[in-house]
Amino acid sequence: MEKLQCKCGHVNPPGTILCESCGRSLTEEEQHKKLADMRYEGTARRSQTYNKSIIDKIWNFFSSVKIGVSIIVLLLIAAAIGTILPQAQYVNVPVRNDETIKAYYADVYGEIGKIYHFLGFHDLYSSAWFIILVGLLAISLIVASLDRFVPLYRSLKNQRVLRHRSFMNKQRIYAEGPAPEDAMEKAEEKLKELKYKVTLDKNGLLAEKGRFSRWGPYVNHIGLIIFLFGVMLRMMPGFYVDETLWIREGETRAIPEAPGYFLESKDFTMETYTGEGDEAKFEEAIDRVGSVAKNYQTDIVLYQTPDESLPGATDEMEQVKEHAIKVNQPLKFDGYAVYQMDFRQNELRAMTFDLTNKETEESLGTFTIDLVKPEKSYDLGDDTRVDLMGYYPDFSGFENGEPQTETPVPNNPGFLVRMFTPETPDGEVSFIVIQNTIEPLGENQYKLTFQSAETRDVSGLTIRKDRTLPILGLGGLIFMIGVAQGMYFNHRRFWIQRQEDGELVLAGHTNKNWFGLKKDLDQVSGFASLPAYIDQQEEIEKKEKLKKEQKLEGDELS
Amino acid sequence: MAEDKKVKKTNKKRNRAIMRSAILSLLVLAIGYTIYNSVTADDVEVLRVGDKAPDFALEDMEGNRHKLSDYKGEGVFLNFWGTWCEPCVKEMPAMDRQYKEYEEQGVHILAVNIAQSDFEVQSFADRFDLSFPIAIDRSRSVMTAYNIRPLPTTVLVNPEGDIQRIVTGEMSEQDIKGFMEEIKPQ
Repeated sequence: MEKLQCKCGHVNPPGTILCESCGRSLTEEEQHKKLADMRYEGTARRSQTYNKSIIDKIWNFFSSVKIGVSIIVLLLIAAAIGTILPQAQYVNVPVRNDETIKAYYADVYGEIGKIYHFLGFHDLYSSAWFIILVGLLAISLIVASLDRFVPLYRSLKNQRVLRHRSFMNKQRIYAEGPAPEDAMEKAEEKLKELKYKVTLDKNGLLAEKGRFSRWGPYVNHIGLIIFLFGVMLRMMPGFYVDETLWIREGETRAIPEAPGYFLESKDFTMETYTGEGDEAKFEEAIDRVGSVAKNYQTDIVLYQTPDESLPGATDEMEQVKEHAIKVNQPLKFDGYAVYQMDFRQNELRAMTFDLTNKETEESLGTFTIDLVKPEKSYDLGDDTRVDLMGYYPDFSGFENGEPQTETPVPNNPGFLVRMFTPETPDGEVSFIVIQNTIEPLGENQYKLTFQSAETRDVSGLTIRKDRTLPILGLGGLIFMIGVAQGMYFNHRRFWIQRQEDGELVLAGHTNKNWFGLKKDLDQVSGFASLPAYIDQQEEIEKKEKLKKEQKLEGDELS
Repeated sequence: MAEDKKVKKTNKKRNRAIMRSAILSLLVLAIGYTIYNSVTADDVEVLRVGDKAPDFALEDMEGNRHKLSDYKGEGVFLNFWGTWCEPCVKEMPAMDRQYKEYEEQGVHILAVNIAQSDFEVQSFADRFDLSFPIAIDRSRSVMTAYNIRPLPTTVLVNPEGDIQRIVTGEMSEQDIKGFMEEIKPQ
């Protein structure tokens, strides 16, 4: 493409619509228009002009608003698809792996679930293609903004006061006609009073206000880019932590993703409203739904090991603080927050048995097996004791005569014991599970009867750390500043020139809020007796409306 | 004059090309890095082969303290297990046989149990007559440091203290022998 030389002598970059210097229309198409295209001040978008190397072509591609909008539409569709079925991370499966998750979608949602999983929609938001799409949007935002901002900035910075008449009369607000001698001076005075910045050159005047409003869209794009950068950081190790920790009363556990920190659970409490006294107002709700939760709370102690301490060396830990974690009242330390999220009640903790003679039902004593710390032998005195030979917390059956446990959690505890009494000094072997006793080596004289159990609760805690929040906040703030800048402020301009024949020519332009511009102009015109202006846009619309009506009339007549 | 202008023009063009390439490649790099991170984030093996094995200190059932860094110059066969895990149970006797063979050649086994009771672990060791040291990771801090998810997981640490290999799932005796050879000091 060739550079464009205007009649006024100014050389414009290729692709320019309105001469940078005088404002004459440079293209055939533009010359025939009634109103000038004032978007980006008629400057050339930088990418339109060069399209040579492969880099320039890529740049050009991303510079297009159409491409930007298409990417946004694609993102919207993709994001919507991700909400049709739950994402894999929220799916509740007992054992979490690819197989079980795949099976879950097939079982719960049938054919649709299968297809959904096959297409990878179950992990849509962290899939490579979704990230690429967001990345393309970022590229589009940056390239398109740069391509428009730079020429617009240059053009507004180097504005000329004197514009060609053809530029003036193609503005939406236009006036021409005789005016008193002092009209220019009075207009200048009034415009200055209205906070316009006025520049004079020979026989012309340029009044301008609120230019910074034109930077609004670019400022909010900067905000968006910062926001996207924050979201990107979340995927980097160390910036974002979202882990679950199940901790039993009495347990001390390392906090996942928080090296050197340990949590001990002292107690879990769940309280409900009684519906009496002060809480009488809950009575109705309690009657309706059974119970209303008042409080979920885990009392914890936070420990920390010294910096030089190694994992596993828990004897070196030091207490940091005690805290009661309640819903919305997390434990906070070192940038982490630990929230109360879930609970399981009544997990077995200890079981008490009675050693009894089967025939006489005489008791030889009771003992308690602590399931967290079972002992090898329980002595009941008088040559009577119970030896624990095996403990199977989650008994699931026998394999080759050996009892099996399915998990380490005491869901169905089984005990292999040998009972010694003065009557049976060699011991009798028995295998006990809840509500069942097996005597593998023949009929016994004694048995263990279950007396009572102690239980404990398990707290489900969530550990969170988000270092990207300040960045996301900053991005959001800049975005909002950009929006306000572009929405609530307008860039208003007036050009006034005295012609050689003594008549005045006036043109006005704003990027939005034409009503406000006209109100300003009404004040100036009244004060300086300027010629009456017309809104050319309205004129055109009026004419078109009239034509349409006449056509309708004509149709009816014929 | 005309020459001057031409030089200016080519300079401007070159700068523009450099600028655009720089911006585009920076953005592409950022996208690539993000994808790389998101793909590896969910991966079980946050620890990777070639990484320095995180140091730890655990006490075994006999009360001896095992610090990983004390074994520098020797191989360490680090096996994470639980009594409820079937493959763990199956591979233990084979591990014990190989341990007896390789202990003198400078390969140690440390079996790290995940937070079970002394009783369960001891009776398990007695049942199979295991001779290698077993330690219980009560607070699961070693498990957390090594990011162990499925059991059994075996981490092979070479004499330099680096991770030679990470094995998840059951190992045959042949496998175990091969792994021991890999981390045997020369």
